[in-house]
Amino acid sequence: MIPAAFEYHRPSEIGAALDLLQTHGDEARVLAGGHSLIPMMKLRMAAIEHLIDLRDIADLRGIHIDGTRIRIGAMVTQAELITHEGLASAAPILREAALQIADPQVRYMGTVGGNVANGDPGNDMPGLMQALGAEFDLAGPSGTRTVAARDFYEAAYMTAREDDEILTAIRFDATTGGFAYEKQKRKIGDYATAAAAVLITRDGDSVATASVAMTNLADTPIWSQAAADALTGTTCDAHAIRAATDAALADIDPTEDNRGPVEFKRHVAGIIISRAIARAWSRA
Amino acid sequence: MSKTAIKLNVNGKTEELLVEPRELLIYVLREKLNLTGPHVGCETSHCGACTVEIDGKSVKSCTMFAVQADGAQITTVEGLSTPDNLHVLQRMFREHHGLQCGYCTPGMITRAHRLLQENPNPTEADVRFGIAGNLCRCTGYQNIVKSILAAAAEINAAQEAAE
Repeated sequence: MIPAAFEYHRPSEIGAALDLLQTHGDEARVLAGGHSLIPMMKLRMAAIEHLIDLRDIADLRGIHIDGTRIRIGAMVTQAELITHEGLASAAPILREAALQIADPQVRYMGTVGGNVANGDPGNDMPGLMQALGAEFDLAGPSGTRTVAARDFYEAAYMTAREDDEILTAIRFDATTGGFAYEKQKRKIGDYATAAAAVLITRDGDSVATASVAMTNLADTPIWSQAAADALTGTTCDAHAIRAATDAALADIDPTEDNRGPVEFKRHVAGIIISRAIARAWSRA
Repeated sequence: MSKTAIKLNVNGKTEELLVEPRELLIYVLREKLNLTGPHVGCETSHCGACTVEIDGKSVKSCTMFAVQADGAQITTVEGLSTPDNLHVLQRMFREHHGLQCGYCTPGMITRAHRLLQENPNPTEADVRFGIAGNLCRCTGYQNIVKSILAAAAEINAAQEAAE
């Protein structure tokens, strides 16, 4: 499994990387951790003439927490998300989700930017970013723009990022209250059969706010406003969890693949969503 | 396609090489540097037989181009010890029957080495989670986990004795 030949570029500034993308157009791709792209190159399912490695661009690194605002550079790895103590207290759902991605070796290399920008419905971070209401910074030839995670995903591998843009950072607010990332997978290293990200804040005995999102249950990550509405104001009892789960299931569109037929996926999704809501509430 | 000059520090030795960008690190280690400890198993980033340590990270060297490692410090299983003076992990794998066919062993030991650097007192669950990226097709996990726990205990006992 030897990829087709390509030219390797390793710029140290984002401007130089953008220039390379402009110059080489369709023939160029950026490389982050490489654990999605390199396997595709080995299978020769991705033909790339110019590979632009982002590893030397310092601006793409680092986790910055400024009060309640969090900025994570695109090249931050899953392992860094897991070991960052500040992030674990400001938004603990990141660590919980990252620990369920792939395996230790892949987490040392795999980046949050690659995970969100790739557009693979199986990636976990896009669903999580829906729940967080995150924003993505995209640098392009005419400057930087910001796109909401909830507006970013158009279809499998199709996103709002233009070919000449690079996703540089993700930004979101620190979370308060309860959280849960639940994922059912066949084995370590597999993508989710179904996964759900839930954030809940409490006001006395009832749900003040809720956010419910799902991974690998449609060709994009799904954020369910209806599921959040079904929880808000309730005491998050069994009836409310059932109503929210039904609302979330109405928003998904899973397809049959080697993880099972549609009925099975809907069944697993229902269990995973209910568990995630119950666990988030228990921590709220 | 033109070749690129890279410099790697492998097991403490500086290596200057000319490689094609598409050459995967595992092949450069095995075929150019004759380090055949890291094995080619699945070649699809799953099995971990090709695991080496790069700048303090356990990495599957079948999923990294050698050019990406330019300037990096790399440790393969050969770098952990000499044949006359085995690393404690290697001794414990021998003592506790942590290897059967031996194919996954270099990757297991290299991964376990990094795991114990980061978590010197792992529970059995920590070890199982920590080596989840390494497959043993003989399914010898029980004794692999036992070997790693025994190595951790021995390292810690030696450290306590030294203090």
